Amino acid sequence: MSVQLKINGKMYNLDVEPDAPLLWVIRDEVGLTGTKFGCGIAQCGACTVHVNGNAQRSCVTPVSAVVGAEITTIEAIGENGLSPVQQAWIDHQVPQCGYCQSGMIMAVSALLKTNPHPSDDDLAAAVTNICRCGTYPRIRNAVRALVSEKG
Amino acid sequence: MTSTRRMVVVGGLGTAGALVVGYALWPSHRLERANALAAKPSEKFINNWIKIASDDTVTVVVPHCDMGTGIFTALPQMAAEELDADWSKVKVEAAPSDPLFANGPLGEGFILLTQGMTRDSLPAFLRGTVDNSFRTVAGFMNLQVTGGSSAVRATGVFGMRVAGAAAREMLVKAAAARWNVDAGGCTTKSNRVLHAQSGRSLGYGELVADAATYTPSSNPTLKSRNQYTLVGKSIARVDIPKKVNGTTTYGVDVKLPGMVYAAIRIAPVFGSKLASVDTGAVAGRRGVLKVVKLDDAVVVVADRFWRARDAVAALNPVFNSVADDSVNSAQLKSRRVTALAGADLKKDKTIGNGADALNGARMIEATYTVPYLAHATMEPMNATAVFKDGGLEVWSGTQDGLGARAFIAKTANLPLEKVTFHLLPMGGGFGRRLPGFFNFLEHAVRAAMAIPGIPVKLIYTREQDMQHDYYRPNVMNRMRSTLDAKGMPVAWVSDYTTDSGPNGEAHIVYGVANQAYRTAQVATHVPVGPWRSVEASWHGFFVESFVDELAHAAKIDPLAYRRALLANAPRHLATLNLAAEKAGWGSPVPAGKGRGIAMFESFGTVVAEVADVTVGSDGALKVDRIVSAVDAGMSVNPDGLKAQIEGAIIYGLTAALNGEITIEKGAVVQANFPDYEMIRLATCPQIEIYLHESDGAVGGAGEPGVPPTAPAVANAIFAATGVRVRDLPIKNHNLTVALR
Repeated sequence: MSVQLKINGKMYNLDVEPDAPLLWVIRDEVGLTGTKFGCGIAQCGACTVHVNGNAQRSCVTPVSAVVGAEITTIEAIGENGLSPVQQAWIDHQVPQCGYCQSGMIMAVSALLKTNPHPSDDDLAAAVTNICRCGTYPRIRNAVRALVSEKG
Repeated sequence: MTSTRRMVVVGGLGTAGALVVGYALWPSHRLERANALAAKPSEKFINNWIKIASDDTVTVVVPHCDMGTGIFTALPQMAAEELDADWSKVKVEAAPSDPLFANGPLGEGFILLTQGMTRDSLPAFLRGTVDNSFRTVAGFMNLQVTGGSSAVRATGVFGMRVAGAAAREMLVKAAAARWNVDAGGCTTKSNRVLHAQSGRSLGYGELVADAATYTPSSNPTLKSRNQYTLVGKSIARVDIPKKVNGTTTYGVDVKLPGMVYAAIRIAPVFGSKLASVDTGAVAGRRGVLKVVKLDDAVVVVADRFWRARDAVAALNPVFNSVADDSVNSAQLKSRRVTALAGADLKKDKTIGNGADALNGARMIEATYTVPYLAHATMEPMNATAVFKDGGLEVWSGTQDGLGARAFIAKTANLPLEKVTFHLLPMGGGFGRRLPGFFNFLEHAVRAAMAIPGIPVKLIYTREQDMQHDYYRPNVMNRMRSTLDAKGMPVAWVSDYTTDSGPNGEAHIVYGVANQAYRTAQVATHVPVGPWRSVEASWHGFFVESFVDELAHAAKIDPLAYRRALLANAPRHLATLNLAAEKAGWGSPVPAGKGRGIAMFESFGTVVAEVADVTVGSDGALKVDRIVSAVDAGMSVNPDGLKAQIEGAIIYGLTAALNGEITIEKGAVVQANFPDYEMIRLATCPQIEIYLHESDGAVGGAGEPGVPPTAPAVANAIFAATGVRVRDLPIKNHNLTVALR
């Protein structure tokens, strides 16, 4: 059994079952651990990656569903160093424990591609990820700043 | 050698004359072991917590672990301040999990702070003994705990500042000797010692070898507050860059050659044991290496985690039935009701005439309860272990590296030297990963010992994590009071249940002449543990709800009522006033909306919060805004302190609105986030934090924001609807019944 996946621009031939969860394949087979396990049932968003540019929760995504897709993880979100969202996260001192932030950054990045000027409500509707440290006010501020920079 | 003399340090962080005694630094012979253990060839330890490299870089070695509270920035700030180090040449490392790096200042800080004393109050001849004792006790207790909002106020105040100042003096002495000049003519700046008269200067790196041979000064001068250039600044956190690009390695991210994975199913009923399991159900499954039977659980080890997880789910283990497997939440509640109604309450504290001052005819009484709560850290519990050559090597994120190592040694019946523990950052702690609550370490170690020579990473699924926590206890508090003719309380009588003994946090700061506190011990099979702000998490709700009820009974504005009771607590009064002013207390509140206030001190920090809520005609609750004022004495890193209070408010609000772990048939009902709902962006209110700087001792940051949140919101709901929430969580209440 071999599954071919394109992750961060690189092709991987993986000897895994078609129903293997994308999250664990990314973490354990490919070895990219920036994408996190939080709940296993697509509730918390810690495992969010991009599939063809859209935010997707990888813990419930079978690899068979993303064959041929462009999969992007937190490790590749900054094309040259840090992405604007990552920089805003530093500028606004968003992370605390940091565990959920890979997923948050992926979810926010995907939103900004389709809606460059999200309102607070747009943000809340699109980004339903859980942060147990309570960084939401700073996430909101960081996104507001990104939106206003875009003019 | 004279260097075995211990150091007693006297100085002040706040106003002149406020004395703080510091922790004894190592005698110099211990530096060799430290260098061997934790220094690169280019680095040398100058004392317990500070290394200096040949390029003048200062590395602060922190005897704590990172769970997201920013202490890997705040603690180096405190050391670098006294050391006159250039922040761009300061690095930070976690201390090894070795007894040499046991955190004496923490033990000292805790003991002295909880007694409300400094070592100055001890006779001089005893101080040396105490120095030695704290170091010995810290080593003996394997003390490297991160908890109790203690890092800055204990490790920082008693350890880091002293270590920085003492190191600076030793470097100055070394330079003065080299130049054959008076040390008094030398100054320090940006990792260099300067001699203005001759225009000479030497970098710390050139001096450290000489400096380390000096006996630590018995009395290094600490800076006064107005000399600070680093402390008090919102320096950007050093850990954040690695947390935005996915490169921070948490416990769950450890990678080892040949590593395999383990998933676990623990006996659902606490105290139950594994009776049998038919392993045939997973025989021949791809990747499955072994089924391991533990005392209270079954573990599947496989080549990949998802295969282990799916295999363990396919097993049908049989667990012993135990007496508690019929227990449910209603029965646990009735045990508390019965205990409080009983005649054998244990006296905790009495002031004045205590309960005798109650007047039965004019008594106000209310009983409050809080439920069990899970910690639900974002990173589920996990640990990686390998049992090889008669020793164990373990990787995990815990709130006590040395405590974890000692626990593992005890679990495996190995001497401490045969256990290596690698402490990693945690995806949230909140008390869950403190010593005493290491079930995940025990499970990982036992699984690894069953498959020797191979590293095993055991991860709890979210369901196992939520159902095998050590929960914030379910607590009940009966409050009684009698008001005088002006509506002010003449008595405050608080009877509360406890799983563990009396709680100092029950005792009020308000000026009430007669007070009585009594406890009713309740035993259950549900394991309980510290949960962010611990006892304050429930007493904050009880006290601040009841004082609000008294104000309404007296028909006095709740803010004015509290003010009248705080005449002898100026710090609390000022904090309360700041929150009220910033929130616009007294400005009109539209129909359907309500505003509530609460104030509570915990971990040395006073926090007041004003909550604004909207209750729809359908009873739907929206928390619109929480304005908070905080007095943590001086804030070492103001933005870091604000972040902690913001997070604590959201943690407290999550619990207040939704948090509830219930028990059916002896086991936890809730399993994952749909049934243990969290605040998310859509439900997160606007939050504003205002710092009130005072001359008070430095207070904690991580926890004190939690306790006032639930009562501020409950008091706002009462203001909006007339519904008094006495049982948390709020989601269980119908807020439509009494809309004004």
